[in-house]
Amino acid sequence: MDIVLQQLVNGLTLGSVYGLIAIGYTMVYGIIGMINFAHGDVYMVSAYITAIAIALLTFFGIESFPIILIGTLFLTVAVTGAYGWVIERIAYRPLRNSSRLAVLISAIGMSLILQNYVQLSQGANQQGVPTLLTGAMRIEVGDGFVQITYMKLLILFISLLGMGVLTYVIQKTKLGRMCRATQQDRKMASILGIDTDKVISTVFVIGAMMAALAGVLVTLDYGAFDFYVGFIIGIKAFTAAVLGGIGSLPGAMLGGLILGLSEALFAGLISSDYKDVFSFSLLVLILVFRPSGLLGKPEVEKV
Amino acid sequence: MISINKVDQLYGGTQILWGLDLEIVPGSITCIMGRNGVGKTTLLKAIMGLLPIKSGEITMEGETLNKQSAEKRAYSGIGYVPQGRDIFPMLTVEENLRIGLPVRSKRTKDSPKDIPEKIFELFPVLKDMLHRRGGDLSGGQQQQLAIGRALVLEPKVLILDEPNEGIQPNIVKQIGDVILKLNAEEGLTVILVEQKLGFARRVGKEFRLMEKGRIVAADKMENLNDSLIKQYLAV
Ligand SMILES: Nc1ncnc2c1ncn2[C@@H]1O[C@H](COP(=O)(O)OP(=O)(O)O)[C@@H](O)[C@H]1O
Ligand SMILES: [Mg+2]
Repeated sequence: MDIVLQQLVNGLTLGSVYGLIAIGYTMVYGIIGMINFAHGDVYMVSAYITAIAIALLTFFGIESFPIILIGTLFLTVAVTGAYGWVIERIAYRPLRNSSRLAVLISAIGMSLILQNYVQLSQGANQQGVPTLLTGAMRIEVGDGFVQITYMKLLILFISLLGMGVLTYVIQKTKLGRMCRATQQDRKMASILGIDTDKVISTVFVIGAMMAALAGVLVTLDYGAFDFYVGFIIGIKAFTAAVLGGIGSLPGAMLGGLILGLSEALFAGLISSDYKDVFSFSLLVLILVFRPSGLLGKPEVEKV
Repeated sequence: MISINKVDQLYGGTQILWGLDLEIVPGSITCIMGRNGVGKTTLLKAIMGLLPIKSGEITMEGETLNKQSAEKRAYSGIGYVPQGRDIFPMLTVEENLRIGLPVRSKRTKDSPKDIPEKIFELFPVLKDMLHRRGGDLSGGQQQQLAIGRALVLEPKVLILDEPNEGIQPNIVKQIGDVILKLNAEEGLTVILVEQKLGFARRVGKEFRLMEKGRIVAADKMENLNDSLIKQYLAV
């Protein structure tokens, strides 16, 4: 029993991270109908920026964990957001009227460029950040207990906060309305005066910022990373986006949580060696049996 | 107000508009008429910047629109109600109307926060439906929303593409009344693509007949006679 509960707790934090990254896939797909294959690498870049931000803040003599955390979050989210903007401008916008295949190839190219750029500038070896937050909370359950580290609690809290704020922005603000209108009918949005190129840029920035939130949190928790960490987690997050219904924002978050939970349960109860295989099999099954995902609409007309 | 000079337009390899000339006078209501497939919608899309033109020039109040993006044209004062309405189905009625507010606040002294009350006076049903999703409205309600949404821009020219297609008669009448009222009271210039002769005669002041991507006849509406109708409109 407590192993199930323990894995549920682990799965929830893992799932919230998948959800954060899945947002970038789903929003970009929603607005321009492309799978941004470089998104996992944007996450990877954010891990490096996290390390640089921590080093920078420590260099200036800052030792308090909350300040380092907030400073790192702020710097990483901002710089990664800028990466998202630049990537859209150079790799996707020039191909706005080209075939989907051309854009896809450009995305794969962008992914390789980011990996090589990081490898060249930061070295190919694994890197790490020091553990800054230790300790854990124990909850008695019957004869046993469930343990959750403070870092995992922090991940859960910040992820859910990030998703909550984003949901508010998309549902209730003028910017969100512009995003939704552009997603539903880009031509009509432009006829009503919306600068749709700007909206598309904004969506890439939002996606990159959400991936950066995940990047900071996972890097702080796990410590180690290399130029290749974006690959597996990117595919997992993509699976989450497809599971929730690609194009649907609540779907991405829900898909992330479900994937995280089921993967953790699989790892805990069946085999942790095969958990990646489990996730990818899940992706294949969804694509075969319910390609529109849990909350997705069966392919509405795309402009 | 809007001048179209020798416009050629192609879809892939097929030429649709052939050296088309059209002059829209300020304050007029011009009906563009012609059989299905003659290029009426294509012409309107070219005016809106939704389709690139191969050659020729489109100007609004002396300024060339050719290189302007669609959103710039909204700021210059063109409101467009496309054939098929194209309301945002997942946005509420209120959100659909709010999309045009940034353009409106540039073009008027109105608050950039509020949908003008005028829209609800013209189309009271929109007020009752404010929180319903656009996609849940009936065809007639959607058409009223599409017109209201274009009027939020406070356009100088309102372009309507077959606004009465598939809509019940009482709403057709209401839409006609709204067009006539805005034209009479505010001097709104209207370009109307219309197939129904009765509606065109009631609302239009000028007519332009199209065939095979050209304007083939142009005159005051009262001069639209049976031989023209037989030649260019009868199916
Ligand atoms: N997207 C398109 N691609 C290719 N041809 C098109 C497209 N849209 C319209 N056409 C063709 O252009 C011609 C004019 O169409 P349209 O402007 O819609 O006519 P109308 O509005 O007068 O009925 C038609 O022959 C139509 O088949
Ligand atoms: Mg048409």
